[in-house]
Amino acid sequence: MTVLTHAFTPGPIVASGQVKLTLMAPVARFSLRLRAANIPAVSKAIGVDLATTVGVRAANGTTESICLGPDEWLIIAKPDDADTVTKVCADVYASATHSLTEVSAREVTVRIEGERASELLTIGCPRDIDSIPVGGGCRTVIDGVTVVLWRDAEQSFRMDIWRSFALHIIDLLCTGCKEFAAE
Amino acid sequence: MLLIHCPYCNQTLPELEFTYAGEAHIARPADPSSVSDEEWRDFLFIRTNVKGPHYERWRHFHGCGRYFNAVRDTVSDRFLITYKTDDPRPELSKLLEKSK
Repeated sequence: MTVLTHAFTPGPIVASGQVKLTLMAPVARFSLRLRAANIPAVSKAIGVDLATTVGVRAANGTTESICLGPDEWLIIAKPDDADTVTKVCADVYASATHSLTEVSAREVTVRIEGERASELLTIGCPRDIDSIPVGGGCRTVIDGVTVVLWRDAEQSFRMDIWRSFALHIIDLLCTGCKEFAAE
Repeated sequence: MLLIHCPYCNQTLPELEFTYAGEAHIARPADPSSVSDEEWRDFLFIRTNVKGPHYERWRHFHGCGRYFNAVRDTVSDRFLITYKTDDPRPELSKLLEKSK
């Protein structure tokens, strides 16, 4: 069997036009699951708030968290901080049971920005993009693929896509950019 | 497209984020080895197949990932209510009254 692995070299994908796409540099990602009673202890250890409302984010420097479900969070950190996050969580494990899984290699992140960025997302995303507040995010679907969407500004988004689906979604977004350019 | 209210996200979201997961409130026998073949068959396969308001499970697959329950009219596809898995089964007469 031949397996083709894409390198996913960070850099611009669509560099000009009404929407720009950029493949972002790798970051450390963690999937965190825990019960409500243990939130304060784990949150203090990692040094970032863990919101209890789905879609709400928190940040402390380069470490970010987003609540994806009633007992599920995604933690993003600098690649250098990955070992620290693992260690601080292991230290509180005895008193605050949780499940922390490093999923850094699972996804790649694409930055989508430009005056029509939110319009571009409607090419495959059924959710009302206007309902996502600036500084918020959500896990949703685009053309059948689950993605995590972070809204950093009115027209600036980050999309975390599982690697195996990333080429398809990036291709879809490029098609949308070409359609804008052809108008 | 149907808009479905997820009781865990507390948002009304497009149907494409959800998957259907069969009839709700079907409890697995506590002691499977003590039930008869007929009871086990009923648990596995026999469903009410209602025409009208149907108690069913849905999963917010492309979202919080949670299963929840809903009452949906199988004729009109209208959702009367969605509620968390742990919540008690809502009374149908009250739901129908409310939806009028």
